[in-house]
Amino acid sequence: MQVTLRNPRRVLEVAGPVRVSALLDRLEIHRDTVLVIRNATLVPSDTLLEDADEIEIRPVISGGSS
Amino acid sequence: MKCRVCRQPAVIDLRRHNANFCAEHFVEHCREQVRRTIDHFKMVAPGDRVLVAVSGGKDSLALWDLLVELGYDADGLYLGLGIGDYSDESGRYAREFASQRGLHLVEVDLRDDIGFDVPTAAAVTKRVPCSACGLSKRHLFDRAAIDGGYDAVATGHNLDDEAAVLFGNTLRWNIEYLGRQLPVLPARAGLPRKVKPLVRLAEREMAAYCVVRGIDYQVEECPMAAGNRHLGYKEALNAIEASSPGAKSAFYFEFLDKASHLFANRAQTERDGLQACQSCGTPTPGEVCAFCRLVERTAGATPVELTVKAPPL
Repeated sequence: MQVTLRNPRRVLEVAGPVRVSALLDRLEIHRDTVLVIRNATLVPSDTLLEDADEIEIRPVISGGSS
Repeated sequence: MKCRVCRQPAVIDLRRHNANFCAEHFVEHCREQVRRTIDHFKMVAPGDRVLVAVSGGKDSLALWDLLVELGYDADGLYLGLGIGDYSDESGRYAREFASQRGLHLVEVDLRDDIGFDVPTAAAVTKRVPCSACGLSKRHLFDRAAIDGGYDAVATGHNLDDEAAVLFGNTLRWNIEYLGRQLPVLPARAGLPRKVKPLVRLAEREMAAYCVVRGIDYQVEECPMAAGNRHLGYKEALNAIEASSPGAKSAFYFEFLDKASHLFANRAQTERDGLQACQSCGTPTPGEVCAFCRLVERTAGATPVELTVKAPPL
């Protein structure tokens, strides 16, 4: 499956099937810091992702000082 | 995973609530959290006009959407900061959101309307860009609210923002800042009421709200904020939250319940010592407020071209 990460944008090829939680663990991403979006739909951490899926791992942390 | 409410497939799991929600009930959860916050802290009264500080990011657009959906009379204010492609993009998201929903968006451009931008101010003052940015936002949002006759300025500070600020203020025992780190600050001469209706909702929940509601927002981080202290505090708190879900919420809300009143006198003393800025009339501890001093210092400065570009979408 294609996995798109942001900030900076890059695309990874990851073999499926894999659960969202396992994918994030493999990429060493803390699950509270991102959303996982499959084919434009939000999915929870126990979702099984398949080879044909297009995945976006979207960071949610932002922060200026104000 | 099943939705806690309807047992249909969930789209999000929230560890700190030990709960999962489908899209419909997640939106309900967010609305309920905001409604409770507004009521509990008496942020907005029926008939009040609210000015939402809109950046084009997830928090401010979600806040504007939530306030409108809850029936509040809310306009938006977008401040153009002059941070290259990043500002161009953020303005586009704010304008599209407003036009698609028929909402009123007020715009102020730092360079065109005031005479400087954030990169130039950072270069002239030799301070981090977030300093001039935050100062400009606070001053111009306040001014726009007063000039426009609004009852309150609403900002999209979420639980993660407030916990990170509290963490930083506590590390330094910054008493004055702790005394005014409240979800609502009452109006006083020259300053509008300021409210933070998203303090019960985490950063991830706001991003999820936007995805579920189909709100396009600027995902990319401000190129000038990268590596700032605030982001470092969030990282530290997220590491704690990973092993102790709910720690951020407890840190912030227990502070409000048990400790914030201990610093109230110091904040009041600071407020009592303010006088009207000789230039603009804004309450300030000196003769001229920090924003007017910034305007003066940057007058005539050659605009700084931003060398860091926002990453491509």
